[in-house]
Amino acid sequence: MRKIGEVILDVHHISLAFGGVKALTDISFDVREHEIRAIIGPNGAGKSSMLNCINGVYQPQQGTIALRGQTFKHMNSRQVAEMGVARTFQNLALFKGMSVLDNIMTGRNLKMKSNLFMQALRLGPAQREEAEQRLFVERIIDFLEIQPYRKTPVGRMPYGLQKRVDLGRALAMEPQVLLLDEPMAGMNVEEKQDMSRFILDVNDEFGTTIVLIEHDMGVVMDISDRVVVLDYGKKIGDGTPDEVRNNTDVISAYLGTSH
Amino acid sequence: MGFFLETLFGGLMVGMLYSLIALGFVLIYKASGVFNFAQGAMVLFAAMAMARFYEWIPKWFGFDNKILANVLAFAAAILVMIAVAWAIERLVLRHLVNQEHITLLMATLGITYFLEGFGQTLFGSGIYKIDVGMPKDPVLVLEGLFPGGVLINKEDLYAAVIAAVLVALLALFFQKTATGRALRAVADDHQAAQSIGIPLGRIWIIVWSVAGVVALVAGVIWGSKLGVQFSLSLVALKALPVVILGGLTSVPGAIIGGLIIGVGEKLSEIYIGPMFGGGIEIWFAYVLALLFLLVRPQGLFGEKIIDRV
Repeated sequence: MRKIGEVILDVHHISLAFGGVKALTDISFDVREHEIRAIIGPNGAGKSSMLNCINGVYQPQQGTIALRGQTFKHMNSRQVAEMGVARTFQNLALFKGMSVLDNIMTGRNLKMKSNLFMQALRLGPAQREEAEQRLFVERIIDFLEIQPYRKTPVGRMPYGLQKRVDLGRALAMEPQVLLLDEPMAGMNVEEKQDMSRFILDVNDEFGTTIVLIEHDMGVVMDISDRVVVLDYGKKIGDGTPDEVRNNTDVISAYLGTSH
Repeated sequence: MGFFLETLFGGLMVGMLYSLIALGFVLIYKASGVFNFAQGAMVLFAAMAMARFYEWIPKWFGFDNKILANVLAFAAAILVMIAVAWAIERLVLRHLVNQEHITLLMATLGITYFLEGFGQTLFGSGIYKIDVGMPKDPVLVLEGLFPGGVLINKEDLYAAVIAAVLVALLALFFQKTATGRALRAVADDHQAAQSIGIPLGRIWIIVWSVAGVVALVAGVIWGSKLGVQFSLSLVALKALPVVILGGLTSVPGAIIGGLIIGVGEKLSEIYIGPMFGGGIEIWFAYVLALLFLLVRPQGLFGEKIIDRV
């Protein structure tokens, strides 16, 4: 049985607007350690905006986000990455011309200590480091069952597998918190099952805390511990899958109300 | 046949030098999506630094050894180009992250004028010479095959070999090192690269430094052929059709584009030129580039532009 720990990520009264368009209004929720936390909602509800705030892509106008009690407001993606937050993208943002191996190796960038000149001259420490990181990446490739594609340029792989590479690159960072932006969008049932299994395994084996956005209600209810529901940039529900399922606001947001 | 080959070789060697300049454009375009108008100015700036340090360094340290002076001057010029790259990132690029491409393009135009002016202030505005001891005498090859053989300029041959080695080293650097991998990652997708913790600023300094060193090598080779003077920055204009032909995003494209332009220019001058009264060498490359823009705007090896709607 997994042990849900303390609050690791605390989102506090976040508001985000693009000009006159309010993307998020006063959103608060927390994520506990080792938890799988889902953010759901109809199209345009502000799910991706929320994720982009946590990831440092957007700077919310109001509110704070704290990671392990450490508050950050004005941070760019790189600083957030250094704090141990990794993400995947809704519309794959892989390095298409590069092989699977190289793509996932880029995820180890922060772990590499050797400098440019040692690499260029192929000196011992740089080569040794490359080998160590490579070993780690090979384990991820095994874990995600994409061994046959190691040297294939990512752009040529089927969509479902590209999603796995995206996950692999994020895992290579050994993140404490993993943000998944619609990891199962555009997948068939079988691919969805595979991806669900990988997400559960990551959570189980590495103890990684996972925040995921997903459209497929069935999947979300199956794998997540707690669910936040957004609609038109506002939070309309928060709780276990069962609580959310019976929440009248949530039902009307998804199915519409009779007037 | 011998004459044809001679023209062909001549074209290939000039083409290799065009490629070298085009390579500078491609490196920066790939890594930051900026078309760097300042590449020509960088070639001039680097060549001037090299030429002047070659005069100054023996005077400062009081020795008289041509080889040592050349080596030290080259090293000093590399340091200067790295400093330029650092300053460009600090003062210009850093403040323009996520801006429109046209903004960055205008910024590189500004850098061009600055480098040209600043270079002349620092290094003077005379005509200087670079002498790295390349042999100037022509040689005859393939004498057994054709009567009279093929006349080749030894200097061009050396230059072509140096250019080829440089290109090979760059390819290795890009493909085989962790930093090279990060460079390619930034080129593919800025946002994704940032999200996995690749520092954009540092990558840019590296790319501009590498482009600066490429500019230096091009400047030294062209400079030792033509002398270091203001018109050197115009050689870079010849590299524009090369990148259009080869594709802005492709390193092999820059090389093959350069060779095609070099060869096309020489052959057309000899065989088609007389029909127009000669002189088509000057505009041939641009017309070829124009035709390419009509038929294949992404160039020979560029990434195909697909708009999803």
